[in-house]
Amino acid sequence: MNAGLDVQAVVRRGDFDLDIDVHAAPGEVLGVLGPNGSGKSTLLQAVAGLVPVAGGRIAVDGQVLDDAESGRFVEVAARPVGYVFQDYRLFPHLSVRDNVAFAPRARGAKRSLARQVAQSWLDRLGLGQFADRRPQDLSGGQAQRVALARALAGEPALLLLDEPLAALDARTRLEVQAELKRHLAEFAGPSLLVTHDPLEALVLADRLVVLEEGRAVQRGTPAEVARRPATAYVAALVGLNLYAGQAAGDHVELDGGGRFVVPDHGQVGSVLVALRPSAVVVGRHRLDEASVRNVWPARVRGLSLLADRVRLDVVGRPSALVDVTPAAVAELGIAVGQEVWLSAKALDLEVYPR
Amino acid sequence: MARPTTLRPAERARRAAGGGQRSAPGVILVPALIALAFLLIPLGGLIIRAPWTHAWEILTRDDALDALRLSLWTTTLATGISIVLGVPLAWLLARTDLPGLRWVRALVTLPLVLPPVVGGVALLLAFGRNGLLGRYLDQWFGITLPFTPAAVIMAQTFVAMPFLIITVEGALRSADAGYEEAAATLGAGRLTVFRRVTLPLLAPSLIAGAVLCWARALGEFGATITFAGSFPGRTQTMPISVYYALESDPDAAILLSLVMLLVSVLVLVGLRDRWLRVGASS
Repeated sequence: MNAGLDVQAVVRRGDFDLDIDVHAAPGEVLGVLGPNGSGKSTLLQAVAGLVPVAGGRIAVDGQVLDDAESGRFVEVAARPVGYVFQDYRLFPHLSVRDNVAFAPRARGAKRSLARQVAQSWLDRLGLGQFADRRPQDLSGGQAQRVALARALAGEPALLLLDEPLAALDARTRLEVQAELKRHLAEFAGPSLLVTHDPLEALVLADRLVVLEEGRAVQRGTPAEVARRPATAYVAALVGLNLYAGQAAGDHVELDGGGRFVVPDHGQVGSVLVALRPSAVVVGRHRLDEASVRNVWPARVRGLSLLADRVRLDVVGRPSALVDVTPAAVAELGIAVGQEVWLSAKALDLEVYPR
Repeated sequence: MARPTTLRPAERARRAAGGGQRSAPGVILVPALIALAFLLIPLGGLIIRAPWTHAWEILTRDDALDALRLSLWTTTLATGISIVLGVPLAWLLARTDLPGLRWVRALVTLPLVLPPVVGGVALLLAFGRNGLLGRYLDQWFGITLPFTPAAVIMAQTFVAMPFLIITVEGALRSADAGYEEAAATLGAGRLTVFRRVTLPLLAPSLIAGAVLCWARALGEFGATITFAGSFPGRTQTMPISVYYALESDPDAAILLSLVMLLVSVLVLVGLRDRWLRVGASS
């Protein structure tokens, strides 16, 4: 018997198929990160029983919920699952209290007991004073917490969260995110958290699975994923330059042209090289400094202002995204079409097998 | 040569606000007004010709009261039966993929377009003393349906239930299945989902469908008179009573008609949010 959630399944939806193998231990928050249409929500729906698997099986704490081979299928209502939907789906005809009391009621509790259970969950999430309101009268952050309370009130063995913060505005999101992290830490079972927001995944998840086109393309802790992205999508999410190439000890020949001198760890064969945009230095002239081993000419293709810096899109061998301060842009007189020299220290290049 | 006209200040302001030219040319205006007059004059006639001075006296006479009473309780019962049987059928039509459902839907809506008298004949052939089922009801249980209040209710249900079914079915189709999914993940079985989520969310449409169904049952004439006949106090509903009174007692006919007109207006007002606003907002 295996504690936690075990998914090893193929789920078909029309032309799309999700083929995935994930495990989440009790108490662990597994972040599922991926672009739209990558199959994240399909994974949650399969675990909840809203779509059956076409192959493989899904089990929670050793109890098989869905098994394509034996045909065993536990109906949605009988699964020990708490589901927080992206749009919350709070019942508009019920008060907040009755929304949260829904699961205890549906599982056979008397109305008064179910309401007590609901009230205690609402108090725990700091929502006690909203119990008599209708969901329509709540703010986004409050509705999100009610949705969480409603899912938890069913005492699930497993928590599924589908983009739990996506419907919130930026300010509320940070607030609710901190709180959600606390509640997820208190939850004893495994949690599956679907998101397309890398920051949310980095903050909330203990471990990450990155999905692309129905396949897991990377797994690891948030720190690993952020430092060593496996695909261009992940690299873009975490804001890194990513290059594929062939390593030969102290240098890497890049597949797209160009070469990098790297710290020699005796690495050979196919590798990925990650480079922070802020680790690239831009100059009008060639930098002659012995410590900087990588220097190459390039041309500025675009500039965009981020919060406190300017991101340059620079074309060369290789091309790169480069972060500089607005002051540097002015001092260097950088403009679109400008010829510049780029440089990067070997030590700033993260090289890892592909 | 351009011919100038006069633009009144009100019209000037309206056009300035982006209203465009809104006056109608005569070719459209004249037939439109004739149509309006055609619809309104008869109703106005009812009001003008009504014997207002002894209206109360006529309406509280036994025969008028009998018809009123009979109509009220039979239509209410017919509506109740339509809800109990029609909502499940609407659910079946909206939410399942049973084979032949397309045909079932067509058959269900047939009474909407079928001449009611044909419905009455069909009911007679099915439930009459020598009818398909009526024969056995008579032989085995001694139950005779035609020309009883039960027949009135059956005729009304036959013609009115489809109104409820299509209203509720439409609402079920457009309803957000997300709430039902959410309820299922919270441990609610299919029946609980239906009872605690689907039905309450359906309530506004259910009420509209029921009102529509009730109004149609109240006006039912052809199927009723064919299947239930016209026995004062037993099967003579208001519309039938009006029809017979027109020869013997025109004043009563007019007043009963006015009562039904009033009910219709009330139904329209009650459902205005549902229908009239559509016209206003588009």
